[in-house]
Amino acid sequence: MTRHVSEAFAIAKSENRAALIGYLPAGFPNPELSVKLINAMVTSGVDIIEVGLPYSDPLMDGPVIQQAVDQALAAGTTTDVVLDIVKQVVDAGAIAVVMSYWNPIERYGVERFAAGLEAAGGSGVIAPDLTPEESGDWSVASDAHFVDRILMVAPSSTDARINAIVSVTSGFVYAASTMGVTGARTTVSSGAHDLVTRTRAATSLPIAVGLGVSTGDQAAEIAAYADGVIVGSAFVRRVLDAANDEAAIEAVSKLAQELAAGVRR
Amino acid sequence: MTNGHYGPYGGRFVPEALTAALDELDAAFRSAKEDSAFMQELRALERDYTGRPNPLTYAKRFSEHCGGARVYLKREDLNHTGSHKINNVLGQALLTQRMGKKRMIAETGAGQHGVATATAAALFGLECTVYMGLEDTRRQALNVARMKLLGAEVIPVTAGSQTLKDAINEAMRDWVASVDTTHYVLGTVTGPAPFPEMVRYFHSVIGIEAREQILGIEGRLPDAVVACVGGGSNAMGLFSGFMDDEQVILRGYEAGGDGVETGRHSARFSGGTPGVLHGARTYVMQDQWGQTAPSHSISAGMDYPGVGPEHAWLHDTGRASYEPVTDAEAMEAFAILSKTEGIIPAIETAHGLAGAMRIGKELGPDSVVIVNLSGRGDKDVATAARWFGIDLGSTVTNELSPEMREGR
Repeated sequence: MTRHVSEAFAIAKSENRAALIGYLPAGFPNPELSVKLINAMVTSGVDIIEVGLPYSDPLMDGPVIQQAVDQALAAGTTTDVVLDIVKQVVDAGAIAVVMSYWNPIERYGVERFAAGLEAAGGSGVIAPDLTPEESGDWSVASDAHFVDRILMVAPSSTDARINAIVSVTSGFVYAASTMGVTGARTTVSSGAHDLVTRTRAATSLPIAVGLGVSTGDQAAEIAAYADGVIVGSAFVRRVLDAANDEAAIEAVSKLAQELAAGVRR
Repeated sequence: MTNGHYGPYGGRFVPEALTAALDELDAAFRSAKEDSAFMQELRALERDYTGRPNPLTYAKRFSEHCGGARVYLKREDLNHTGSHKINNVLGQALLTQRMGKKRMIAETGAGQHGVATATAAALFGLECTVYMGLEDTRRQALNVARMKLLGAEVIPVTAGSQTLKDAINEAMRDWVASVDTTHYVLGTVTGPAPFPEMVRYFHSVIGIEAREQILGIEGRLPDAVVACVGGGSNAMGLFSGFMDDEQVILRGYEAGGDGVETGRHSARFSGGTPGVLHGARTYVMQDQWGQTAPSHSISAGMDYPGVGPEHAWLHDTGRASYEPVTDAEAMEAFAILSKTEGIIPAIETAHGLAGAMRIGKELGPDSVVIVNLSGRGDKDVATAARWFGIDLGSTVTNELSPEMREGR
């Protein structure tokens, strides 16, 4: 039975804290190790896993994630492999959503992807380049297969735009903290708080903040006003910098623990 | 606002952070089109700066290689900066000012769009950054130097295939972070709405002039208008003037590279499938998983795995047709035009010229064909010299990078 993101947010809320959401590309640095890394993130306190579907042209991602997805693609990570990895980590206890640019999903077949993700136990999809206007087919398929549609809002989104986005969103709303691509930043933009406030006025869905978050302190700062904290590049960086597989697992676990403590402060 | 679709193609597939900027651009474009002061300023720039209208040249000796069809060249190569690209860039530079932005960024493949953008930035006193794949900075070293002389910053892109598609990725990444002060001058009829429609609009002057000119010279419409299609902006500019003349054949020529059967090409309509790339749904060279497939062409400006969404729709509806032209066919046409007309074309353009040779033979001696001479070939002299085995000699060789001297 698929566990949904709503469950993770409910647990976090009952513990009076924000949920911790961690991203890692499937198949990075290779399919086998990526499963171990994700399992380590879960056991170290990550509530929801964003499994990245590697794509050749990730135009919302900075150099760290670009490098990681290149490795994953070189290691043979196809869409079928991604769905298999989702199944493995869900079987090990994760609540998982897939983060994918739109073209691989469209190419795989919108209905077929939604069905495949449901069968794998995946809970939702974040497609950063899919707008509400282009979501028609996806709304039908994702509803049919109980897959959450997680859309993004940005600091530049007007209130009218936020309303249009949340009206087709389920699971949670992804609030991009800053105008920019993925990657660690020393400070999290103050615009994030304002964006969460504006989004809160439009929906009762949980709101998670991502882009640029890399430390326990930043996680604590965001957890004070958001329902979830999303960390991606910082996990990828730990893996890229690790000397070997064991060191990568160790480094990812340590970061997850630091962040998990952060959302509990 | 318009929904920005051409049948199932086009649309907007972009991160939410860019939506506000695209809405702003769309509104600025629509109000500018209706603003006579804006249009007068644009027409004055076209006349006094670009040098429009440019001629429609009857290519008598070249026509002998085209089955005797009377072939006319629309001389976009005579525009300031040497290609059609300036038409779009001047329009977008005026819009940049209208939106109160101070900086323009652009991607470039062959360097022609980068040079045009750097030129307009100099003319309007705007900052300019151009993203160019590292591989392309080597193929088009002369244009890199031109952009720098014009005061632009040129950033070589080392990601991915280091060509045009990666330069677009990098320009988009810049734009997401700088959108308050920066306009992204996309150089072709692709990308998220309103870019395909807007870039076509600024290039429509090509087709408007060509139609008027051919009626003046021949007293009738041409049988066919043809052009090379990388992203497809020069073709869309020419085609737009004849779109409603249903008897006029519209034909685009894509880069067949080493031959479509080898897999080393950029022929989206022969070897691609519908997909989403760089913000629009269109024909894309991709594998079964939706990963963008490597493209290839001797010409940097044709080396792109996507194509403008309106071309995709014209292809599906049959209003226009598209054929691949190999590197070898293009270089043959390049040589023939140079030697019969005294005009050295860009290698991109040579694909359209090869097409004119092909369609002229199809249509026969009484036919009239217009081919868009979209750019001049100065930038391609080193590539062409290598192709034809011309010894560049020590003086010229010293200006080439080590890779070029090795013939890579």
